[in-house]
Amino acid sequence: MPTFTMKVFRGQGAQGDFRDYKVDVDEGMVVLDVIHRIQATQAPDLACRWNCKAGKCGSCSAEVNGKPRLMCMTRMDTFAPGETISVAPIRTFPLIRDLVTDVSYNYVKAKQVPPLRLKPPDPDGKYRMMQEDVDRPQEFHKCIECFLCQDVCHVIRDHEEHKPHFSGPRFFIKAAGLDMHPLDTRDRTEWIRSQGGIGLCNITKCCTEVCPEHIHITDNGIIPMKERMADNFDPIVWLVRKFRGGPKEPA
Amino acid sequence: MARPEYETHEHDVIVIGAGGAGLCAAIAAAEAGVSVGLICKSLLGKAHTVMAEGGIAAAMGNVWPEDNWQVHFRDTMRGGKMLNNWRMAQLHAQEAPDRVLELERFGALFDRTKDGLISQRDFGGHRYARLAHVGDRTGLEMIRTLQYHAIHQSIDVYMECKVERLIKDGDRVTGAFGYWRNTGQFVLFKAKAVVLATGGIGKAWKITSNSWEYTGDGHSAALWAGADLIDMEFVQFHPTGMVWPPSVRGILVTESVRGDGGTLKNKDGERFMFNYIPEFFKGETADNIEEAERWYADKKNNRRTPDLLPRDEVARAINTEVKAGRGSPHGGVFLDICTRRPADYIRKRLPSMYHQFKELANVDITREPMEVGPTCHYVMGGVRVEADSTAATVPGLFAAGEVAGGMHGSNRLGGNSLSDLLVFGRRAGQHAALYAKNFGGQLVADSTQIESIARAMLEPFNRSGGENPYAIQADLQETMQSLVGIIRNEPELKEALKRIETLRERARKVRVDGGRIYNPGWHVALDLSSLLTVAECSALAALERKESRGGHTRDDHPYTDDAWGKLNVVLRIRDGRIQVSREPLPEMPAELKALFQERK
Repeated sequence: MPTFTMKVFRGQGAQGDFRDYKVDVDEGMVVLDVIHRIQATQAPDLACRWNCKAGKCGSCSAEVNGKPRLMCMTRMDTFAPGETISVAPIRTFPLIRDLVTDVSYNYVKAKQVPPLRLKPPDPDGKYRMMQEDVDRPQEFHKCIECFLCQDVCHVIRDHEEHKPHFSGPRFFIKAAGLDMHPLDTRDRTEWIRSQGGIGLCNITKCCTEVCPEHIHITDNGIIPMKERMADNFDPIVWLVRKFRGGPKEPA
Repeated sequence: MARPEYETHEHDVIVIGAGGAGLCAAIAAAEAGVSVGLICKSLLGKAHTVMAEGGIAAAMGNVWPEDNWQVHFRDTMRGGKMLNNWRMAQLHAQEAPDRVLELERFGALFDRTKDGLISQRDFGGHRYARLAHVGDRTGLEMIRTLQYHAIHQSIDVYMECKVERLIKDGDRVTGAFGYWRNTGQFVLFKAKAVVLATGGIGKAWKITSNSWEYTGDGHSAALWAGADLIDMEFVQFHPTGMVWPPSVRGILVTESVRGDGGTLKNKDGERFMFNYIPEFFKGETADNIEEAERWYADKKNNRRTPDLLPRDEVARAINTEVKAGRGSPHGGVFLDICTRRPADYIRKRLPSMYHQFKELANVDITREPMEVGPTCHYVMGGVRVEADSTAATVPGLFAAGEVAGGMHGSNRLGGNSLSDLLVFGRRAGQHAALYAKNFGGQLVADSTQIESIARAMLEPFNRSGGENPYAIQADLQETMQSLVGIIRNEPELKEALKRIETLRERARKVRVDGGRIYNPGWHVALDLSSLLTVAECSALAALERKESRGGHTRDDHPYTDDAWGKLNVVLRIRDGRIQVSREPLPEMPAELKALFQERK
């Protein structure tokens, strides 16, 4: 049973620092198990969020040795025995306490994404969609809302001034999933430009790298939307649309 | 002590719990035009529904046109060993297809058939492939769809807010009192109607697929408010949880693995389920491998593989194999899909199982079998409700989803939970709204009642020398695991009740360090009272039912008893004590009874 030194961030509001906990680690344990062991034996008031412990709910996001990770999917045997491991809250969002941050920014942004606008069903009252047409949006529906992509996005992290008109990668793929939804009739281009703020993304792919669901956020979500936005502002396309009518109604 | 401070919110309807049932209830109530508050213990979208994997059972007939609500109803009743509230099972089977289509209209993207309709997969106890699904992450699709629909309705969402107690004015429930987990500050919700959608009680067991939230809050709150609970002895141990490594023990392995062709084997490679076909299911279960194999493609002329018997049967069989020394190295059995289906198919159909085993256990399920064993998963029992309206036995209180009892009888079929949430979540919202509209008189919340609850909640901070709440929680889980598990008997149940009493004594002296801001030690301490209450209810009901049926197996009463098949065990608090009684099941009308005569 190897012993690890865990440097866990403890603090509240604007204050806090790392505290060391020595923990015995059993076979197969993940970082979240270690945090629970600290709670049960050394620091009952150590705050962290978690639910499923199986990588499905996206609650236990943290920065482990500086890397944004789900604690429940980070195995202790990926570290050398005796190594010191730091666990810090995702630092883009305001600290509530210890490993828990105020992620309400994301819930505000979620509400702003123009929702599905459904087309009428087939004459028999049913909706039909082919698997090959739902494959693409289904990739985005895998999102577990861990907000790690939001955590590493430099626009959200470093540019407070942009936050009112920038929704971040989570909501770019939310919008992309809706745009690719075979039954949707809404055009979100203007929203993505003005309120989503996609122009501020300079496709460094940090979001894609940290996604625990391995969603191709940049390649399959953001880039196609940027391309489409460029199309929309192409004066020739604009002229053609003006006479032929656009494919979708605006948001 | 100074008067405890609290903020107050007022709604026509409050919904406690924001999983599938709670979200559906909130949406339906908002649709009915009343003001709605939705209270969730975690962040929105993290409730237990997110972990559901296999699918939503609904007789849509997209894959097997022979399927219809009568067949689904019959499967559900037989799966529950006929102890289900027949009317709930009927409404469920009739309305589930429409609810799935509604979810599609809200934006859910289910896997498709070749004709572009919603695809349906096989599951235990279901005669036809019936589960609408999205790979093995159906619950995620469901909660995300409902969540994003709900935020565009007029619903106030209160996140990370825990309800401790219901508030009553005379006989009727008029609100709820709790605290913000973020700040530890108190909050009162005044409401004309309250919908409980708080899920289950699985955190009372040690090996469980349930998250920290499943502490029986709604079950206890209802009981304390004077409502009846039924069927609390019936606890579902899902046959397939992970068993290795120890830290992941209990995490769910979806039944879809078996639905999509996986089989159970013991250490000798034997498909042992053929040795465990009960008389009750002989008529519909293949008794040889050849027929079982043919069944996947031809359901009309073959009987179902015993790998897909209802969960109670499979869990008991695995338990017996392991006890007989025929288990896998880590005390489970093998679940093999790698030798039966191509790797691409497995990765496409079961992506999160592939991921889960790869990341947590270093097992590649396309190359090696999984090791699995039973894990506490679901409580069939819950708040006794009126089938059509979901009204509890106390005015102003409604319950839907896992917290409600009756729908699943003594054992729930896989896939029937998500459909239950959709059907009865919506009904709860509609009927709570209707009740609120007809609410007469003033909405009163008695401040003495509230202040005494608040004071009790703060007590753990003021104690010195008391015990750590985590230790009590762990001892309770150990007790329930060893004494109120898959196989029960009278001496062990009595011992369990004795230990629960001792734990209750210890819980009265629990001490909490630190402050009120996001303090999980305090949260665990507060959850102990509901956890102990549901544990006691479950043990009391299990002691009362002297037979074996569904999710309740007594080795001192190993047979199913027809007389017990007509009775519910009912629990209610009278004069400050939990009373246990036996009450007759509602009688099924003749036209529905006839469905059970038609074919065996």
